[in-house]
Amino acid sequence: MTRILLLVFLRDLMLARRIGGGGVLGLVFFLSLVTVVPFAIGPDLRLLSRIGPAILWIAALLATLLGLDRLFQADHEDGSLDQMLLSPAPLELIVLLKCVAHWSVTGLPLALLSPLFGLMLDLDGPALWAVPATLLVGTPTFTFLGAIGAALTVTLRRGGLLLSILVVPLAVPVLIFGVSAAQSGTVPFLTPFLILCALGLASVALAPIAAAAALRGAGE
Amino acid sequence: MKMDIAQRCYLLLENLSVARGERVVFGGVSLRLGSGEIAEVTGPNGVGKSTLLRAIAGFLPLGSGRISWVESEATDSALLAERIHYVGHLDGLKSALTARENLDIGRGLLGRGRLTPLEALDRMELAHVLDLPVGYLSAGQRRRVALARLLTTDRPLWLLDEPLTALDRHARALLKAVVADHIGSGGLMLAATHEQLGLPGTIQVRLEAR
Repeated sequence: MTRILLLVFLRDLMLARRIGGGGVLGLVFFLSLVTVVPFAIGPDLRLLSRIGPAILWIAALLATLLGLDRLFQADHEDGSLDQMLLSPAPLELIVLLKCVAHWSVTGLPLALLSPLFGLMLDLDGPALWAVPATLLVGTPTFTFLGAIGAALTVTLRRGGLLLSILVVPLAVPVLIFGVSAAQSGTVPFLTPFLILCALGLASVALAPIAAAAALRGAGE
Repeated sequence: MKMDIAQRCYLLLENLSVARGERVVFGGVSLRLGSGEIAEVTGPNGVGKSTLLRAIAGFLPLGSGRISWVESEATDSALLAERIHYVGHLDGLKSALTARENLDIGRGLLGRGRLTPLEALDRMELAHVLDLPVGYLSAGQRRRVALARLLTTDRPLWLLDEPLTALDRHARALLKAVVADHIGSGGLMLAATHEQLGLPGTIQVRLEAR
């Protein structure tokens, strides 16, 4: 069974590399959001550095949600999902691995490059490491929560918007604790960060079950 | 995982019905299909041939009735999903990947069969597309790659939904030979089709419009 799961993971990485788009486009979208904000806010550097972590987090949420609508849809449309349903590995674990593969080409590079984007928002010392640390936990949480929406909208041609509407409310707690940990000046870092980790772990444990149930029901 | 295909196994459908929403698609289908037997589901368009196959594969919930799988003298319907190879209207192939990669994924997911991807494609006379992305192939060639996947995996019960679609006369003969081999080695096949494959001893399951 481990071999099947590894295969699903490698297959999705291979598809992401072959088809392109996903990961790199997400990063470019992230960059363009971060670039646009200073223009909208104006030349107030203090304001910018105060809301910088929040901007990076919102940009990360949007960039993650944007690419997620194809997570299961591509496999549903060409019948690959049927083959996965017949494999001896449980669908829940296949969903889990697909999410991990998706995150490692979208969320992971985004979290790793966030200090670079933070410089554009005049982030200072502690925030420069707090933002990538929180995003490293926060982006997989978004991916897993988004997987529920992606599974529910798998049969809809243009489910992307509906997916975002479904998932954004679920992402609110993650956003609250993520941003408060990232703005480490005002509150201690560790308390909100640990809650963020807990939310992340809960989503890893529960979202695949919900998404798999939605995918099974999608055939009806 | 590997099973001895030569041992007797049965697929039993008892008074099966499937409803989608309020509408009953079909009802009262019974069938006993054993090793080395072929059944063809026929009937007019929209009568529920594909639905029947998808219900057996477990993609759709049953309205009523029962599906059971008997193997080595014991009923073990939980095993059914791991015995089925389903080829539907959608071929389950990734356009961006080559035929070889697609077949490797197929046998990884469904379990390794006797033939390698190259041997299976060769059987469908398509060995030359082994390293071409499937997106470059014609509809008939894609279909043949999807059917070659049957040979690279080791599953006794083949569920084929309109297997002849897009195949030319020569490819149909190839498919017929492949199916005859499978049946000869103790496999089972259930096909939904309106053009009969024409193999001897085929059980006909006729669905009537309601």
